[in-house]
Amino acid sequence: MKRFMAFVKKEFLHIFRDYRTLIILFGIPAAQILIFGYAVRTDLTNAGIAILDNARDEVSAELTHKLEASEFFEVKYNLGSYEEIDPAFKQGKIKAAIIFPANLGTSLAREGNATVSIIADGSEPNTASLVTAYTTAIINDYSAQLTRQVSQGMPVINQEVRMYFNPNLESYYMFVPGVITLILILITALMTSVTIVREKEFGTMEVLLVSPLKPWQIIIGKVAPYFFLSLVNVIVILLMAWFVFGLPVKGSIALLIAETMLYILLGLSIGIFVSSSVQKMENAIFISFLALMLPSLLLSGFIFPIENMPKIYDYVSMILPPRWFVEIIRSIMIKGAGFAYIWKETLILVIMTVFFMALSARKFNVRLGEGEK
Amino acid sequence: MRKLLFLLKKEFRQIRRNPFMARAIIAVPLLQMLILVPAITFEIKRIDLAVTDYDMSPASRELISKLSGSSFFRIIGAAAGQAGADQLLLSGDADIVLIIPDDFSEGLAGFGKPTLQVLADAVNATSAQLGWNYLVSVVRDYNRDVIISSGLAPSAIPGISVSSRFWYNPDLNYKYYMLPGILVILITAIGLLMAGLNLVREKEIGTIEQINVTPVKRWELIASKVIPFFIIGLFDLALGLTVGWIAFDIPFEGSLLLFFACAAIFLVAVLGLALFFSTMASTQQQFLFIAFFFVMIFILMSGIFTPSESMPRWAQQFNLVNPVAYLMRINRMVMLKGSGFQDIARDMGALTILALTFITLAIRAYRKRA
Amino acid sequence: MMEKEKVIEVKELVKRFGSFVANDHLSFDVYKGEIFGFLGANGAGKTTAIRILCGLSRPSSGKVTVAGIDASRPEEIKKRIGYMSQRFSLYEDLTVSENIELYGGIYGMTMKEIRPRREQLLTRLSFIQQGDMLIKSLPLGLRQKLAFAVAVFHDPEIVFLDEPTSGVDPITRRQFWEMIYETASRGITVFVTTHYMDEAEYCDRITIMNEGKIVALDTPAALREKYGTQTIEELFVKIARPKTVTS
Repeated sequence: MKRFMAFVKKEFLHIFRDYRTLIILFGIPAAQILIFGYAVRTDLTNAGIAILDNARDEVSAELTHKLEASEFFEVKYNLGSYEEIDPAFKQGKIKAAIIFPANLGTSLAREGNATVSIIADGSEPNTASLVTAYTTAIINDYSAQLTRQVSQGMPVINQEVRMYFNPNLESYYMFVPGVITLILILITALMTSVTIVREKEFGTMEVLLVSPLKPWQIIIGKVAPYFFLSLVNVIVILLMAWFVFGLPVKGSIALLIAETMLYILLGLSIGIFVSSSVQKMENAIFISFLALMLPSLLLSGFIFPIENMPKIYDYVSMILPPRWFVEIIRSIMIKGAGFAYIWKETLILVIMTVFFMALSARKFNVRLGEGEK
Repeated sequence: MRKLLFLLKKEFRQIRRNPFMARAIIAVPLLQMLILVPAITFEIKRIDLAVTDYDMSPASRELISKLSGSSFFRIIGAAAGQAGADQLLLSGDADIVLIIPDDFSEGLAGFGKPTLQVLADAVNATSAQLGWNYLVSVVRDYNRDVIISSGLAPSAIPGISVSSRFWYNPDLNYKYYMLPGILVILITAIGLLMAGLNLVREKEIGTIEQINVTPVKRWELIASKVIPFFIIGLFDLALGLTVGWIAFDIPFEGSLLLFFACAAIFLVAVLGLALFFSTMASTQQQFLFIAFFFVMIFILMSGIFTPSESMPRWAQQFNLVNPVAYLMRINRMVMLKGSGFQDIARDMGALTILALTFITLAIRAYRKRA
Repeated sequence: MMEKEKVIEVKELVKRFGSFVANDHLSFDVYKGEIFGFLGANGAGKTTAIRILCGLSRPSSGKVTVAGIDASRPEEIKKRIGYMSQRFSLYEDLTVSENIELYGGIYGMTMKEIRPRREQLLTRLSFIQQGDMLIKSLPLGLRQKLAFAVAVFHDPEIVFLDEPTSGVDPITRRQFWEMIYETASRGITVFVTTHYMDEAEYCDRITIMNEGKIVALDTPAALREKYGTQTIEELFVKIARPKTVTS
């Protein structure tokens, strides 16, 4: 036991002496939090638009005014003709052009109806649909205004909305759980696999095997510091989110930590499994990166909601641990849900952990026992 | 110059002999393209709507059927009171809960102002807003129907309708948007990772020392590490583009030559950056983290997922030195809008300056002598 | 047969790493065509010194001239020397032929010059059939011999060998030294560091380093006489008592 503790201590020192990696390790989530909190927005601000005003009447003036006043838009040009739109798009200067027809005011007065055209730059579909949606909302507002002015005794339905869990509609509510998931995969799976493969590649693994330490002790010893590191990192992230944005953990912190530890275990067993399958460090890096990180980032629902993907991805993402963990964290952190709501996802993670641990144990004992090849 | 050729021969021989690398070069772009492109979309396909109807009148039922008739909403059932609504939202089974008050039809008939309650799951703020917007427009339509059917002149309730068109991508196909983006991530990740790891590996094993002791100049060494991966990067780009064209029918409006020229400059920038990072790292693990840190920041800030113009001032300043941001913009403009050299000249120029800067940094930072 | 032309001149060389002094005022000269041995225990400062001579490291102070060129112009020095490092010799994932070609080319030879000489070398080592074998498939002894051959392939003025025979069996060591003799007889100066004291006998002159300082410098015979020992090993134990705590 004493030997084991000495070995674990050595592994800890190893990591903490490599201060460059440590800085980066804590720098990554810090940077991500800042970027996701302040830079990456899924909504629109100051989107450049142009107005082609063929009406030049009170209505168009009023609408133009409303558009200019909106924080979503920045009216960059008043176009003179239809032909100017294409070059403006090609030069990347505007996201959309709004066209007021010549008969805007008159048609509205006489028939109670008129049509405004929006031409949006479809090469950025997300922006295009947001621009269209926001413009439509502004125009609808104006219509409602007009209606109110005449609607004495008219049946008019009102709607009130309550935005649950995220009353201020901050973009980063969606992202912070994802940041946690990402950094955990990075530390657990990636670092673990690299560090174990490193010993294999440099031949020092054999030295360890010849020592009185048993194989399982070697693995646990190697992996223990990362468990600790991950946990600390998560706590730092939570604290940062709290201090920088005031993003609290709505639900039970104890539950959050418990689930996190489960996920860390899962990540570690995946890392161990990967390391038992590759011989060279760069291969470990490649696999961890491409098979684990990239899918975690893009297919787990971290940034892009899974509901929006083609149906098949729904099934594919089921084998990705991050998908479940993001769900769990969001539920606990943002929604404040209790265990009753996430027991299914938790169970899945438990099964995955047991699976990988068993697989690694078998592979490792065989591999280490008989040396390479 | 001749020394460089000998070094290049060595690099290519080593790459060829590494079976993993060969597989990675082909498989990665293919897989990334095929798997990631269809997945990455912000387009909202469907909103799960739960309705609690306290009114239970023909009017309310008509409203509900109008909602269920829209392709946007999927009615998943009723919420049992406030508690039921909370539960549905907490569990994620419902995205929006609509509560129709018991005075709904009375209000409509007696010319009152009934109020609908909407509870939305706003963890994904944008989805919530878009869903809410859409709900509002459906209700407004319904409102109009009610007014017209009660015999009032439509002109009595004025309203402006909006017709929208999307240029360059009329169906608002998200793949068109994401493909250039994925391509860029592809080249960045592979180029940077492979080239950088390569150099750090030699440092870590010690083979670099044997090179340091020879008369090989620094620029020759850096060049010998850049050129092979430059070629591989361009090859991967072509491969990815072909896959995109075959599998997804992505249009290519602009000049292919211009596109590749910009990509080439970008690759030089990225590789220079990779080698600069590798002079700072002594183990492959360290390099991985340094590289990952910066690459992640560059990619996130580049506007690949969200428009860079929406970003705050400081972010836009940062993007002035972010090669990924430039290429992202150039890619989309050239591929989808057919922008010409004139349109992207400024971006291209900036990218060139960055490329030269990074390569120079790499060469100068490399120490042959400790 | 020694000529008195100096190919390496070192005066008061000092190398510090922080507060630790790895090389403490070293002064010595090496003559053309010599086999010059640099002996000492591990950590005595041998590798540090050799790296400075090769241009891999900068001296903290002192004057160093290699092949007539001052150490402040390492790139010029590198054109005239060869080097074989302790831990690495040749690229494992390249063949014997490819390694020879690479280093020949880096030192400025053209393919026309390389090909015949390469064939000569491989024949001499009885390796002509195995030119296309990957280095990683060869045993250590053979690798080391090949590495040495590659280091002198371009006919440098001086070749630096850092512990070239570490971990190699005695027969191969013998063969290795035969190669060194043959090289020296061609007029190439051989500067070799080693911690095998018996190899000292093979050198024309040796230096013994201890804790960063030179504690002996002369021919092996002269030193044995001076200190009254039968072997260099005894001599070493006598004058160089390694501290129990090294860096």
